[in-house]
Amino acid sequence: MATTQTLTPSMKRERRANLRRNAFYLALIVIGLVAPFAAYPVFLMKMLCFALFACAFNLLLGYAGLLSFGHAAFLATGGYVTGYLLSSYPTLTPELGILVGTAAAVLLGAVFGALSIRRQGIYFAMVTLALAQLVFFFYIQVPFTGGEDGLHGVPRGHLFGVIDLNNSLAMYYFVFAVFLFGFALIQRTVHSPFGQVLKAIRENEPRAVSLGYNVEAYKLVAFILSAGLAGLAGSTKTIVFQLASLTDAHWHMSGEVILMTLLGGVGTLFGPVLGAGMVVGLQHLLSQSPLGNWVSPILGLIFVVCVLSFRSGIVGEAIKMYRKNFK
Amino acid sequence: MTMIFGVPLAVFMGQLLLGLINGAFYALLSLGLAVIFGLLKIVNFAHGAMYMLGAFTTLLGMQYLGINYWAALLLTPVVVGLGGMLIERVLLRRIAHLDHLYGLLLTFGLALIFEGSLINFFGVSGARYPTPEIFQGGFQLGFMFLPKYRAWVLLAAIVVCFATWFIIERTRLGAYLRAGTENPSLMQAFGVNVPLLVTLTYGFGVALAAFAGVLAAPLYPVSPTMGSNLLIVVFAVVVIGGMGSILGAVVTGLAMGLIEGLTKVYYPEAANTVIFLVMILVLLLRPAGLFGKEA
Repeated sequence: MATTQTLTPSMKRERRANLRRNAFYLALIVIGLVAPFAAYPVFLMKMLCFALFACAFNLLLGYAGLLSFGHAAFLATGGYVTGYLLSSYPTLTPELGILVGTAAAVLLGAVFGALSIRRQGIYFAMVTLALAQLVFFFYIQVPFTGGEDGLHGVPRGHLFGVIDLNNSLAMYYFVFAVFLFGFALIQRTVHSPFGQVLKAIRENEPRAVSLGYNVEAYKLVAFILSAGLAGLAGSTKTIVFQLASLTDAHWHMSGEVILMTLLGGVGTLFGPVLGAGMVVGLQHLLSQSPLGNWVSPILGLIFVVCVLSFRSGIVGEAIKMYRKNFK
Repeated sequence: MTMIFGVPLAVFMGQLLLGLINGAFYALLSLGLAVIFGLLKIVNFAHGAMYMLGAFTTLLGMQYLGINYWAALLLTPVVVGLGGMLIERVLLRRIAHLDHLYGLLLTFGLALIFEGSLINFFGVSGARYPTPEIFQGGFQLGFMFLPKYRAWVLLAAIVVCFATWFIIERTRLGAYLRAGTENPSLMQAFGVNVPLLVTLTYGFGVALAAFAGVLAAPLYPVSPTMGSNLLIVVFAVVVIGGMGSILGAVVTGLAMGLIEGLTKVYYPEAANTVIFLVMILVLLLRPAGLFGKEA
């Protein structure tokens, strides 16, 4: 008997859905590969870095239901550590710099996470915000960050000691690879048993506890993973722009990443990527227009509109509409 | 000269007073946050912006309309409070049935709008509001010099905090408010107009912030960013004290101001961060907060 005959209709549907999803990802990868020939690579790299940052944040908010208002701290930590290492030790290769920067963000994430999961809901958001502000003041005062000036002229160096990252195309493909790695890791996490438990905690924490899950441990691991990926985004961004500054540590940045995720779609895999692209694109457009000084109020306005009228975000609403009309 | 742990008494007392004044602002703002949180269950991220708007209304009222300090002390909280009620009616009510995190996000957006817009008109450097005539000068207490205006701020803040406590704990309206915090739908069944109560509560919380803004105008530079930086510290204060009790909010606010003042004397580098460090300590030792009942 041929194996195809044993497939039930639901398995066939699932198989078709998987096929469609893979085709979608493949198309995106192809777009990512040809993009630098159509658009300015530095701009694309900025988008990718923020997309990774937003995806990392979304892992926490969208799948564990934890609203962190302090993710700027991890972005900045990754950036500063990588920037400092590469500036002070010119023999160090960029991938090592990124590795150490990410590790620093992971450590900070472990500390933040252990403290903040002791409170829930709104208090969790306030604790993370306060901790991030502590980190912000710390970075203003310690000498290695360059204080208000930041770190300038961080060398890009040679990847693995071979590939010259001063070539913007090489740099772009490296950033793209980093992004794909982060995105794949998040995709894997979300669809793993671990991710299922996270979603269960988000939906009903007391029930997850009663089922015997160590909720705090799950939350902590999710927090650390999210912080690490945010740090990875920060480290990569520092190498792209050869700059690490206080802007990344400011609470505005924590707000921006929330907006990116909310606008694109909380709890959808691709939403934060779209949201990050839109926010970065909008900032770029506004900075060249007469409205250049109005970026922050316009972002605030989008925030308000988003919360009031499309809380599922663009991707989330699109999925809803698709389900309503085609299923 | 008398020394306290190697610091001249006058300097020590001066910093303690500055700390106490900061503490008075923490107390006023966290009180407003607690009142709003009690009934609406949202954390008002726009609270700092409301405080800032209070200071700006006072400044602009004087510059363009010739409104003096005393009139501003009365008018500003009313005007800003009415604005707050409008925000509650038009925006917050629409999302009241949702997860309370959305309230935080919406008010965060509002804060960005207010702060960002005012930066465009007034820049970030800030303007000074002159100290009112009768508060010029100060008292010589022997061990320190107490500027009159600072004494007034402390007095006014404590009186307002006490009045708020009295209204909430000792009057019929306050009883409604407390009951509404416990069970709004039962209140409504008893014929109390809960939506109106919610609007008034938000307006009152915002008016407290605006009142703090008026008090702050002659003391600190009036700038669009004056609120947001303060608010994050107030959030830490709220985490330390918990939002369950009025008295808890006031006591924690004043105490944190004092601790900040002491840190300025002995280890100025940590003055910005000491409250956050206290918050970490409290989270480790007493996760529900000093006065908190974990919700």
